[in-house]
Amino acid sequence: MLIRIFSLIFLVLASAVPPLAQGTDPKPLIDALAKANFKQAEELIAEVAATGDPRVVAPLEAFAEGDLYARKADGVVFIGRSAGSQIALVDPLTGAEAGEVAKSAATKIKVNNNLRRAIRASLGGLTLMSPDRGARLQAATAILGAPSAENLQLLEAALAKETDAEVKTRMEEARAVSLLSSDRSLEEKRAAIETLAAKGGRKAISVLRSAQSSVDEGLKDDLDKAITAIEGELALWDMAQNVWYGLSLGSVLLLAAIGLAITFGVMGVINMAHGEMVMLGAYSTFVVQDVIRSSAPQLFDWSLAIALPVAFLVTAAVGLAIERGVIRFLYGRPLETLLATWGVSLILQQAIRSIFGPTNQEVGNPSWMSGSFPLGGMMVTWNRMWIILFSLSIFFALLVLMKKSFFGLQMRAVTQNRRMASSMGIRTPWVDAFTFALGSGIAGIAGVALSQIDNVSPNLGQGYIIDSFMVVVFGGVGNLWGTLVGALSLGVLNKFLEPWAGAVLGKIFVLVLIILFIQKRPRGLFALKGRAVEA
Amino acid sequence: MKICARLGGALLAAALSTTAFNGAFAQEDTIKIGVLHSLSGTMAISETTLKDAMLMLVEEQNKKGGILGKKLEAVVVDPASDWPLFAEKARQLISQDKVAAVFGCWTSSSRKSVLPVFEELNSILFYPVQYEGEESSRNIFYTGAAPNQQAIPAVDYLAETEGVERWVLAGTDYVYPQTTNKILKAYLMSKGVAEEDIMINYTPFGHSDWQTIVTDIKNFGSAGKKTAVVSTINGDANVPFYKELANQGVKAEDIPVVAFSVGEEELAGLDTGPLVGHLAAWNYFQSVESDANAEFIETWHAFTKNDKRVTNDPMEAAYIGFNAWVKAVEAAGTTDTDAVLDSIIGVSVPNLSGGHSTVMPNHHITKPVLIGEIQADGQFEVVQETPAVVGDEWSDYLPDSKDLIADWRKPMECGNFNVATGKCGGKGS
Repeated sequence: MLIRIFSLIFLVLASAVPPLAQGTDPKPLIDALAKANFKQAEELIAEVAATGDPRVVAPLEAFAEGDLYARKADGVVFIGRSAGSQIALVDPLTGAEAGEVAKSAATKIKVNNNLRRAIRASLGGLTLMSPDRGARLQAATAILGAPSAENLQLLEAALAKETDAEVKTRMEEARAVSLLSSDRSLEEKRAAIETLAAKGGRKAISVLRSAQSSVDEGLKDDLDKAITAIEGELALWDMAQNVWYGLSLGSVLLLAAIGLAITFGVMGVINMAHGEMVMLGAYSTFVVQDVIRSSAPQLFDWSLAIALPVAFLVTAAVGLAIERGVIRFLYGRPLETLLATWGVSLILQQAIRSIFGPTNQEVGNPSWMSGSFPLGGMMVTWNRMWIILFSLSIFFALLVLMKKSFFGLQMRAVTQNRRMASSMGIRTPWVDAFTFALGSGIAGIAGVALSQIDNVSPNLGQGYIIDSFMVVVFGGVGNLWGTLVGALSLGVLNKFLEPWAGAVLGKIFVLVLIILFIQKRPRGLFALKGRAVEA
Repeated sequence: MKICARLGGALLAAALSTTAFNGAFAQEDTIKIGVLHSLSGTMAISETTLKDAMLMLVEEQNKKGGILGKKLEAVVVDPASDWPLFAEKARQLISQDKVAAVFGCWTSSSRKSVLPVFEELNSILFYPVQYEGEESSRNIFYTGAAPNQQAIPAVDYLAETEGVERWVLAGTDYVYPQTTNKILKAYLMSKGVAEEDIMINYTPFGHSDWQTIVTDIKNFGSAGKKTAVVSTINGDANVPFYKELANQGVKAEDIPVVAFSVGEEELAGLDTGPLVGHLAAWNYFQSVESDANAEFIETWHAFTKNDKRVTNDPMEAAYIGFNAWVKAVEAAGTTDTDAVLDSIIGVSVPNLSGGHSTVMPNHHITKPVLIGEIQADGQFEVVQETPAVVGDEWSDYLPDSKDLIADWRKPMECGNFNVATGKCGGKGS
């Protein structure tokens, strides 16, 4: 009964919108997708696109997204949106609602990478004349990856009408790609190679290289010249990219180490639970996001900003508890401190494992932390860029706190001469406690940032503890500037070794170099006097 | 310091596990089985789930009346991701707790560590994880995938359907990826792929900075040939790897990544929106449509009291191994090791993808190979399914193992029979 009503509605709707004159009706083609295998589906997509009917854009897009369903009762194909245990069906061409069915009453039409590629290319051809500038740009980009003779004609027609400069360049590049594999004249192909050479970048090289085998003899030289030119330019950008990666790795090291620079560097406590403070910070982020997701999803892009103070307070409180509960009894006994804090780290790990489970927790990236943007010939990912800026701002904020504030003054006084500071009326035990809490809190803040690029699991901290100690010792115990320089130089060194020696050997080389360096300068890059040195 | 740390960890874990499980002393007529999975340390992330799955299977079996008229009892120990400790715990399970069989291990290192113990004390281990092959022991059943049940069909799929001609083999630096990549390289070259079209890359455990490697992959992929990445990257390192891929805009339509260690569980910590279309090859996906699977998932959700817990391939392997053991014990009428070893060969039990898995004489099992694409909801959609494949312990593509076969039936009873020389005893164990 229901089905009959649906098909009735459908019939009425279908007759209301007459098929466009220029081609065959795409409806039967779309319905045929229900029974097609991947190969047949690919042909069907081409046929659907060939109808030239602008209404097919919606079903094709839905197909690429995996939102196309066949109703089991009659095999009719719909666009479906999941609504709880039901699927809301929509007619693929008219967009008219066709009611809801249970999930089990509709089969999803499967899509794979090949089909997605085919759909993108077909859509490119269909939306090339779209009034929307973004759609045209996207279409030109899609066609760039799918050279064919038909696309060449489409592009030339579109180019004649195009007025926007950026879209025009993109279309010309796409035209050049299609032209290279066509049977046009040598002159036109030579011009196409020049267009691509001017475009530069990996994609151009890829296109030119694949043309190498099929192109006419007379063009071989032009092709080689274009490839060499692009490669030369890319080599320079690769260098810049490497430095950038090094800074980015360095900033992560800095983030991980900066809390330790206070607890170990300034106070001289060998804090093995430092990594777990980072981990707690990351879990705080997870909890904050969880609350936001369930109660105020519109705030999601602010989740990291909200998580920062939360993480700071949580880890600072834990740090304070550790200092008051364990460490204060162990000052001046480094071995016992090491064992005790290591025990604390195990307890924290297992506690988190018991509360949240041993598996990774999903911490989402806000939209401003996702994706990348091109800078000249290199790609800069947003999350890495924000992390570099973030770690530097934390560093300078901490520096100001240490150098300009009254608390910083007390901290330095206690570090340099405990007894004298005590005689001047400074309550050294509380300064110790708050310094440790500060170091822990900063580790927690680092955890918020690291949750964006790493796993949020109970083991998160273990991965950073060795690196953090390495940075602090290398930079010079007790000196914040040393930590900065140490972290950034280790990052850059690592990234320059990596392409040459591989990630595994690269890491070993860095360790060996540090050991040699410490042999020569046991107090690191920037040696400082303080309690850590005297102890 | 490191040694100190290790030792401390081992002691602590040992102390914890003995206190935790001594309390559950059994009444006399139960049959005990051992569960040997890390519940702490780096591997806890993967292995804890398998421990839960085993407890669920035992509970379900007991609801059906147990086995040979007795209830089953699971003895759980925690080897704390420490390979030598696996051997100690295995010895404890067999000698002290007198378990009839052990279900456990995840990494190959842990399996290699317990192998001599099982052979010496003549007990049975069911190993539920995909592995690199090149091993067959009288006392171990490998219910996960051998390379020919996972890696090779995946590569075939990419070459045939996606027309891939250039390959990046990226893995974590340890035995499973190294051996798998060796087999894959030999296989690809036998298919006519040139050496310069294969790039092999290894990274340390827990690698988190993938910027350089993802850029290398992009560069390698710009040679004008269709490129794919075959990833044997393990566990934790996958999340930052996929995040970097997504951020640098490497789409599955341009450079697909097929992974052998990434399942539903690993994707749980990720926003999979940008990863749609990247692939994984397994013998089971949670999204498989079959009655057995629907029932299994329902039982799992009820057992864990959490309907968001995912199921994964090693769980299916544990399920098959457990059921095969139950059937073999019932056929033999005893849990005695030698009798069970005899009766289990040829035992066929339903798997979760709608077919049956049979225990073969080489102690591997038959199972179909599924290729799945990652979906936006963190599940996989099967894009190809092969008929059941027999696990091949000794790879046909490595020169020094291509003549070897394993057959544990009488009279051969050999794990490395060389068909060229006609003698038992070639390479390996």
